Amino acid sequence: METATNVTVQPVDKSKIKGIWKIAGYMALITAVEYVFAFAMDAGMLRSTIFVGLTIWKAFFIVSEFMHLGHEVKGLIYSIILPMMFVIWLIVALVNMEGASIKQSRGIVDVERPAVEQMQDE
Amino acid sequence: MATTATMSKAKLWGGGVEPLKASYGKLMMWFFLLSDAFTFSGLLITYAFLRWSAPAYNGDHDAFTFSTEYWPIPEKVYEAFPGFHGVELPLVFVGLMTFILILSSVTMVLAVEAGHRMDKKGVVKWMLWTIIGGFAFLSCQAWEWSHFIEGTDIATIGDVMINGIWTENYEIFGANLRFNQYGPPTFAALFFFITGFHGFHVFSGVVINVIIFFNAANGMYEKRGHYEMVEKVGLYWHFVDLVWVFVFTFFYLI
Repeated sequence: METATNVTVQPVDKSKIKGIWKIAGYMALITAVEYVFAFAMDAGMLRSTIFVGLTIWKAFFIVSEFMHLGHEVKGLIYSIILPMMFVIWLIVALVNMEGASIKQSRGIVDVERPAVEQMQDE
Repeated sequence: MATTATMSKAKLWGGGVEPLKASYGKLMMWFFLLSDAFTFSGLLITYAFLRWSAPAYNGDHDAFTFSTEYWPIPEKVYEAFPGFHGVELPLVFVGLMTFILILSSVTMVLAVEAGHRMDKKGVVKWMLWTIIGGFAFLSCQAWEWSHFIEGTDIATIGDVMINGIWTENYEIFGANLRFNQYGPPTFAALFFFITGFHGFHVFSGVVINVIIFFNAANGMYEKRGHYEMVEKVGLYWHFVDLVWVFVFTFFYLI
């Protein structure tokens, strides 16, 4: 049985659409900045920190605006964000400290000169 | 259905239908995504842990060559682009992939927005664009994987285990799960596992998007009176984009 629903299409809110594209523009811009850093700066702790910072900024846009979490009630926001914050804490602890200390205790040393064992395919 | 829930002062849930002012389905999607984020965190922890306990290359950037002895510089690994054989285009292709995925996330937001306005045509149009974006990303990944597996023109010489026997000075081309020309065995294994796991998420996202696309086109949600299903798959799709943002940073940039 067909139920006749009187569906009226509401008009487009131009400012809302504009806002969505604006956020998309921000994210493209952040990615572009990441590329600038990737080529203009030597690898190191500082560059990695900048990358992670910019990534979290992008993640904030996605979660807050695209996924609409920024407009939900506080209880929902915290029940998602708090567990993730503990996980990030764990990541920092494991990666920064454990990785480096395992490396040290195994006596793994970094390489200063490139290996020469390469061969051109004939 | 409006989703902008504004919090009025201390409004406690009196046992109605919507805890946290979100429907059951949306709430469960959020908690599923939280658990999925734990899984990906586990993978990224594994990656970072193995990477930062492996020998790094600290020498001259331009003189870098691949070796199984140390971790490669990512932009030296990912520098190929379809149709540009032999041209070094570091990170360009993965940049394109990132752009495609972010754009498909935007079209998904537009589909959800059209759903709020009960605009069936808009939902169908933007869902279709999202699906196309998903397929484009998967195609890019398929190419990237096949290039990664095939390898470059120059072999890396390394000692590898083949069928339980150590083979010294073996010419390694490309990558498999046991050894690869780019770096230590764990490098390719982690690449396959993490980008593969993400790619599988994208794939299932595309499948779900196609289902929702047909439901919307057939007028199922119009009869139902709301387009909440589009919102739910939208959440999943944005999450896939979110994970890619992190994979992109940790795998390709750092």
